[in-house]
Parts: sequence; C-alpha cells; structure tokens
Amino acid sequence: MRSPDPFVPSLFRVDRVWRESADTVTLGLLPIQGEIPAFRSGQFFMLYAFGIGEIPVSVSGLWGQGPLLHTVRAVGPVSQALCRLRPGDTLGVRGPYGSPWPLPQAEGGDLLLIAGGLGLAPLRSALLPALAERERYGRIALLYGARSPADLLFGEERGDWSSRGDLQVEVTVDHASPAWRGSVGVVPARISHTRFAPERAHAFVCGPEVMMRYSAAALLGAGVPPARIFLSLERNMKCAFAVCGRCQFGPTFVCRDGPVFSYDRIARLLSIREL
Amino acid sequence: MGYHRTREDRPLPECHAPTAGEAIIDREGLQALLDALSARGFSVIGPRVREEAIVYAPLRNVSDLPEGWTDRQDGGHYRLERRGDRALFGYAVGPHSWKQFLFPPRQRIWRAERTEAGFDLLEEPPPSERWAFLGVRACELRALAIQDRVFLGGSLPDRSYAERRRELFVVALQCGEPSGTCFCVSMGAGPKASSGFDLALTEMIAPNSHRFLVEVGSRAGEEILAAIPHRPASEADRREAEAVLDSTASRMGRTLDTRGIRELLQDHPEHPRWEEVATRCLACANCTMVCPTCFCSTVEDHTALTGESAERTRLWDSCFTVDFSYLHGGSVRKEIRSRYRQWMTHKLSTWFDQFGSSGCVGCGRCITWCPVGIDITEEVRAIRSSLSEPTHA
Repeated sequence: MRSPDPFVPSLFRVDRVWRESADTVTLGLLPIQGEIPAFRSGQFFMLYAFGIGEIPVSVSGLWGQGPLLHTVRAVGPVSQALCRLRPGDTLGVRGPYGSPWPLPQAEGGDLLLIAGGLGLAPLRSALLPALAERERYGRIALLYGARSPADLLFGEERGDWSSRGDLQVEVTVDHASPAWRGSVGVVPARISHTRFAPERAHAFVCGPEVMMRYSAAALLGAGVPPARIFLSLERNMKCAFAVCGRCQFGPTFVCRDGPVFSYDRIARLLSIREL
Repeated sequence: MGYHRTREDRPLPECHAPTAGEAIIDREGLQALLDALSARGFSVIGPRVREEAIVYAPLRNVSDLPEGWTDRQDGGHYRLERRGDRALFGYAVGPHSWKQFLFPPRQRIWRAERTEAGFDLLEEPPPSERWAFLGVRACELRALAIQDRVFLGGSLPDRSYAERRRELFVVALQCGEPSGTCFCVSMGAGPKASSGFDLALTEMIAPNSHRFLVEVGSRAGEEILAAIPHRPASEADRREAEAVLDSTASRMGRTLDTRGIRELLQDHPEHPRWEEVATRCLACANCTMVCPTCFCSTVEDHTALTGESAERTRLWDSCFTVDFSYLHGGSVRKEIRSRYRQWMTHKLSTWFDQFGSSGCVGCGRCITWCPVGIDITEEVRAIRSSLSEPTHA
C-alpha cells in the first residue's frame, strides 16, 4: 500500500457562506468523503481553489461543532477565488497544521485576546471555547481593531459578546465614519483601558506584524511576562510541513513550530530586520 | 540503497558497516558492474562530459565516463583539462548533484479534473525508474543523508522523495581528486565514504595497471559483487587505496573553521560583513541550485485553456529570489544582504537547530559556480576574524 502524499488535498464542499464585510467571507466547509480531521484553535489548513492555487488559512471555528470554518479576505488571486465560492462548490483542503493557542495553559488566570483586522478570525477559535468553559478563566477581554467600522467582522456575534457581563470587549477603528461612536486609534492603546491582573494573565495576539509588535511591547509594559504572550505569525508557505523551506523565521519553521509562538521564544528574532 | 521500515512505516536510512571482504576489479570488471546493474533493472547514472562540464547523466559503458579528464576549480572558475593518464574518476564534483534525481527540479505533484459535481484530484503514479548512482563521493553521501532528514525525518514524509530513495543503489567513490574549492575535511564529510553506500570504489591508476578496490556496504552490494569478475584485495591493495584518500585529504583547496559556528552566525545578524557581501552578490541563486543539500521549493498552478483541468507543479526555488519571502504587500527579505544572510546562516548555523547537523558538506560547488566568486569559507573567516580583533570584542 502506498503511503499518503502530504501534498494532495482532500476535497471539501462549501456548505454555507457568510458575508462578513465587503471583502471578507466565512466559509463553512464539509468533507465530500469522511470526517473533518481533528484540529485545535489556532491551527491552520491549506485551501486550494481550482486552477488558481493554495493558501494557508487559520481556523475560525471549533472542531466537532458543524462545518470547518475559515474566514478569508480577498487580497490575492487565491483568496479572491475562495471568496467567490458559493454553496455546493468544491475546493481542496489539507491539514490541520501548526501549533494551537495554548488555552489549557491560560486557565486559572485572566485572558486577553488582541486582534487586528482579519486576526479576529483565528482568535474567535480561542474565544469560543474560553466562553464555553467560562468558569475556568478569570477575566476575559477581547481587544479588536479594524481599519474602519465597515471592516468589522462577525457583527451579529460581536453584539452578543458585547452584551455579556463576563467579557470586556474593546473595539477601535483607524478611520471612523460619521456614525461611529466607539473609540478611534490603534489596538495596543486599548490595553491600558482593559481590566486584568498582568501577573496571572495570558495574552493571545493576532494581526498585522507591526500591530503584534506594539501589542507585545504594551503588554510587557503592563507587566505581562513574555512567556505568557503568544503571537500568531504569518510567512510565505507552500507546503505547510517544513519541506518547502519558505516560512523559515530564524531557526524555526512558522508552519511547524508556529504559527502560534510564545513571545519569549521569538522576541530576539522579531528584533532582527528582514529576518 | 534500500532501507528498513519501522512500525510507523517511516523509512530510515540504513547504515551498513563495510564488510571485511574487499575485492579488486579492473576496467572490464567495472563494465561488468554496469551490466549487472542494468540487468537488475537499474538505470545507471554517472559522470559524463557535457557542454564542457562533468555532469550526472545516464550511462551504459565505461567508455561513457570522462576518461582522462580533470577539472580546475576556483571561485567563479571551472575548466576541464586533459590529464596525463586514463583515469575514469580523476576530477572533483561538477555543477550537478544527485538531488536532481531524488528531488526533481520540476515535478508535477497532482492534477485536477472538472466533473459535474466539482472536480476530482488525480495523484501521480509511483516513479517508474530505479536508479543506480555511480561515483558518489563522501561529500555527496553526506548530502544524501542530510536530505533524507529534511524530506523523511518530519511528521509527514515526502512521498515522492521516499519512493525514489527507497529503490536507490549507491556505488560510492573514494575521492581521489579534490578541487580547488573543496573543504569536506573541514566539514567532517570526507574524503572517506564509510557508510551509506552499497558498493564503494577506490580508483588506483599506475603506468601499467588500472584497478579499483571495491568495498561492500550492503547485502545488495554483496550480491552484485558476487556476480562480477573480481579477486580478493591484498594488504598492498588496501594500503594503496588508503594512500589515495590520505593524498586527497591533504590537498583540500579550502578550509572552514567550524568551531562555534552556530553561535557565530546566529549571534551576529547585523555584522557589517553582510552589507559588504551584498555589494558583490548578484542574488542569481546559482549557489542554491548547485548546492547538494538546498531543498527549498515553490509550486505553480497551470490550467488547461478549456478550463477543464489543472495541475500543480513543484519546482526548485531559492531564498535569493524576492518572491521567496513574499507576503501580501511585500517581501520580508527585500535586501540582498538579508537574503545572503538567510542562506549562509541557514546552511551553517540554523540547520543544526532544524535538522541536527550542518547543512554544508564542503563540496565547494557554491564557490565554483558563483559568477562573482563569493567564497563561503572566506565569508566565515571575515566574520570570525573581525570579532577576534580587540576593537570589535
């Protein structure tokens, strides 16, 4: 019997499509054969659009709770093709790959989820299980920044989160619209508005790299230990199992050793320009 | 070279201790070896002269080998020259390495065909050819072992590599002719091949004799040797073969001081030498193409004009291209300085973190085939010596 070829995807069918914003959709995917492979919050899959190509996309939902959820923003040829998919369409899926958000480690203390832009999607996969087992954590806060009010994702669900008494939600935008009544500015600035006990807190950060650098600096400044700050990095990758060489970040492969790294492990690497 | 399978069905490179029974064959015996390999279904690949270089290509006869040729190599310099004898392996390594056969430069990895319901994926068939490599030097055996760890050592073994590697028969060559850019001794990779082969040859040439000492490294090698005319090696034959390797070890064209090299490079990412080398480096990627361990790849997607089918192709890629690190909006490594630093630091330093060994075997190809003659040994020396000067301490 031939061993499986790790480059060959499985076929999935689009079950549902939710439009999140003008350029972003969430795809609900079901396997054409077999089961959705077990995955954990923070991991990613490679999604293939027929004839166009394949990109890594983090999971935005949970395993065992309906379709495989991926939130995709149309920025390049592949993500544009994925955003054009309709229910019933076929795509290639392989995975899961990479390191998960360390939720068990964060239990017993406060949890800060800090998201920039599309980074909210991978953090949704950390927030949902934390809310489902709310009693295991101290305070939980979601800090979320987007370019403009029109770019804010998971609108209806975010409304539910905001109305919960046991979750602090801080939303900020770079550019406000006339109707916007919330805060304007960068996400890291919201950390000082957040109630948490830094010495027993964990922070999960996902967004543009510059936003993650400033968030990490602000968290360190607030007294969160570097080993309890986790960033989800992004690099060019083609294989997702450490043979194409492209996602190297110093001695690490982002696909295998990441994407979720503790800050103490990568702080020095992040300080090296063009590494 | 076959390898055993563990319960997890993960292939592991086999490690044979050479048996005591060394043998002697002559030129006719070498032809018999080629014939025996062909008769067992192997396509023999070995050194041949093509376009004024010694490359690895299919061959059937001893007369296909680069008889009487040698090479002269230096930074950015490679020329074939006539030797004064009829040696068949009297040269060092050329621009080719064996990786092109186990990890093809361009390889379709699967196809997709439209169906009424969507599309289907069609896997590639297993490789049809079984290869025997003839004339694999110690540096190249080390490179094979390194690529085995890259492609087979992870949680998801690369099936294409595994299927090609599994069938491989290796005839090693105890290297008798280092080039001006060789430094395998510094990297602990040669010149002696002591494992990882089925058979190993030492070419011994004198005015009135031309013979090969044959060492056996596997059951398969033993079986082939038994099928070809040979005589047992004498003590004098063994001493002469040892002298060949001793001579090679003493004639290395380059040296590289590897002491503390992992820290030396990882701890100095902002060293001014990276700027300096970037003023010479053309980012042409030659060093990565000729390197026997460089393994980076990309993929391309092609669609038929009808839109009814598509295919994915995997291609060698290089960390010297701008596209290599492209991430929406721009590349991570925009400057050549960053790309050269990535290549050299990976090769000599972070490779230890990733795969437990150096990624360099000291074959010297990157020096020879660099169009501007950038010398990896010189770059290490420059960084090391600047740090030992009191002003930089």
